[in-house]
Amino acid sequence: MSRGAVVALALTAAGTLMVWLATALFDSYVQTLIAFAGINVILVVSLNLTNGLTGLFSLGHPAFMMIGGYLAAILTFPANRKGFMLPDLPVWLAGQQWDLLPALLVGGAGAALVALVIGFPVLRLRGHYLAVATLGLIIIVSVLMRNFDGVTRGALGLSGIPRLTDLWWVYGWVVVTLLVCWRIKHSSYGRAMLALNANELAAACIGIRRARTRLLAFAVGAFFAGIAGGLWAHQVTNLTPTSLDVLLAFTLVVMVVVGGQGSLTGGVLAALTLSALSAVMRHVQQETEIPGITQIVLALILILIMIFRPQGFFGSREPSWLTGRRAQGRTTSPQTTSR
Amino acid sequence: MDIYILQQLVNGLILGSMYALTAIGFSMIYGIVRLINFAHGDIAMIGAFVSFAAVSLAGAPLVVVLASVLVAGAMMGLLVEQVAFRPLRGAPQVNGFITSLAVSIMIQNLGILLLTAEPRSLSFPGYLSRRIPGLAINIDLLDVIIVALSLVLMAALMTVVNRTRLGMAMRATADNGVVASLMGININRTIMAAFAIGSALAGVAGLMFGARYGQIDPMMGFLPGLKAFVAAVIGGVGSIPGAMLGGYLLGFGEVLFVGLLPPEYASFRDAFVFGLLIVILLVMPNGLLGRSAEERA
Repeated sequence: MSRGAVVALALTAAGTLMVWLATALFDSYVQTLIAFAGINVILVVSLNLTNGLTGLFSLGHPAFMMIGGYLAAILTFPANRKGFMLPDLPVWLAGQQWDLLPALLVGGAGAALVALVIGFPVLRLRGHYLAVATLGLIIIVSVLMRNFDGVTRGALGLSGIPRLTDLWWVYGWVVVTLLVCWRIKHSSYGRAMLALNANELAAACIGIRRARTRLLAFAVGAFFAGIAGGLWAHQVTNLTPTSLDVLLAFTLVVMVVVGGQGSLTGGVLAALTLSALSAVMRHVQQETEIPGITQIVLALILILIMIFRPQGFFGSREPSWLTGRRAQGRTTSPQTTSR
Repeated sequence: MDIYILQQLVNGLILGSMYALTAIGFSMIYGIVRLINFAHGDIAMIGAFVSFAAVSLAGAPLVVVLASVLVAGAMMGLLVEQVAFRPLRGAPQVNGFITSLAVSIMIQNLGILLLTAEPRSLSFPGYLSRRIPGLAINIDLLDVIIVALSLVLMAALMTVVNRTRLGMAMRATADNGVVASLMGININRTIMAAFAIGSALAGVAGLMFGARYGQIDPMMGFLPGLKAFVAAVIGGVGSIPGAMLGGYLLGFGEVLFVGLLPPEYASFRDAFVFGLLIVILLVMPNGLLGRSAEERA
């Protein structure tokens, strides 16, 4: 067995142990907080593939979560309540009541499909168009969900979604997300993404296909966002067109930047730390009744990091004990090279 | 029906003027520092609140209100440039977007913190909102002022950009900043001028949004800011005449979309605007008056 596989197995085992301990020791409130932190890990690691590694700037994760969340929730919704709550569902769908896993997969696939359709025109251009197009996508999806009220219950939102997500489901998807993103990062695709980020012209000159590589990074990110949206919906049990918004996109971007753009390890650590921090901040906000203080603190952290340590915790690297390679001084992160 | 369409066209003209004013600053800043400034719409929000303070609290005359909004917008633009964007000069482009998003969220939440999220009503003196008599369509003095003021400001801007040394410096910097600095142009001053002018115009646009809809709140700038970006893309990002054209086209498009389609489509308005953005990026990514996006980016 290779060193990498041993480390991966050991980490998975350690994680399993911790999840088991968490389910045994903590009450359901803390478990919910941990589940949200795990969902954030999935979101940040997958967004890191798009934004960090490939250097695109997508803000579309909440939109893809909405797509994945609504698709999955409609599929798992109890068939006997579909008739009166979602009257406009096509007949062949109305009688269905799926298990969580296939529903999540359909949600993820739907999100990836939308990413392909949106990404095709936008990714041929420079990254900044993507930023606004994906922000626009959040608004488009939200407007559509509000208006297709026969299928989504409009502004009321889907409520009473079965609470199928638990810590084990979240943990399982965290492992899958990390595994897939790790493999992509250390494959020729990952190298191509990193090369595009560091120097687009040079990358194109050595034969890297720009649009296809970016589309891949964008669609894989969207797939996991869709999955995370499904997990989220089945954890909160309530999904409205405004529950996943631009602020969430912002929070995720902060996490990616703090962890280091392109570093999966950094993404995991930042997602966990900042999830804990924002849980505390929410508490502070309620106690002190200062509205918006959470966002102000996050924004301040982000601006300071952008100015003083734009590479975040880890740059685009992973700690050497994980990769099995000795740390190399000459690996420059794309952040340090000028555009 | 003809009168109805005429009324819709007038509404489009008014909305388009406000989009155009916002889009110009967006495009100008982008042209010079290659930065998409997400905080641009929030500066418009600040303009709206400054006019609220001047009108509703101090009862200042219209000219004073306008002057204070222009000054406040310019000061905010300079402040944001100094604090958030200047330290990032030379960093990868993406860092600029991320920072501007942070600045935008910061301004919105500071607004909520200091002014509360509660919407306030911005009421100008009554004579401004009285319908102009003798016309078949419904226009009040405020609408006329919005359209005329936009045109005057845009004409002034075009004069500055095309006729003055500052404008020449701005065009040179937008074309090639490095070469411009070798020719003795003070890049920092030029960038500051772009932020000041663009943000002052955004402030005035905020005043107009507030006056037209009668309500202001700290989050009001976000959506118009994004729509101004769509307008800038329609016209070709980086091109000032393009931003004006795009602003008016988007204004007409949005109003006609709502006015001419059956009412059940009206709530798809925002989806229409951003759907339009994606279609335009697909068929003509350089916009109407822009240069090649690949080359300039």
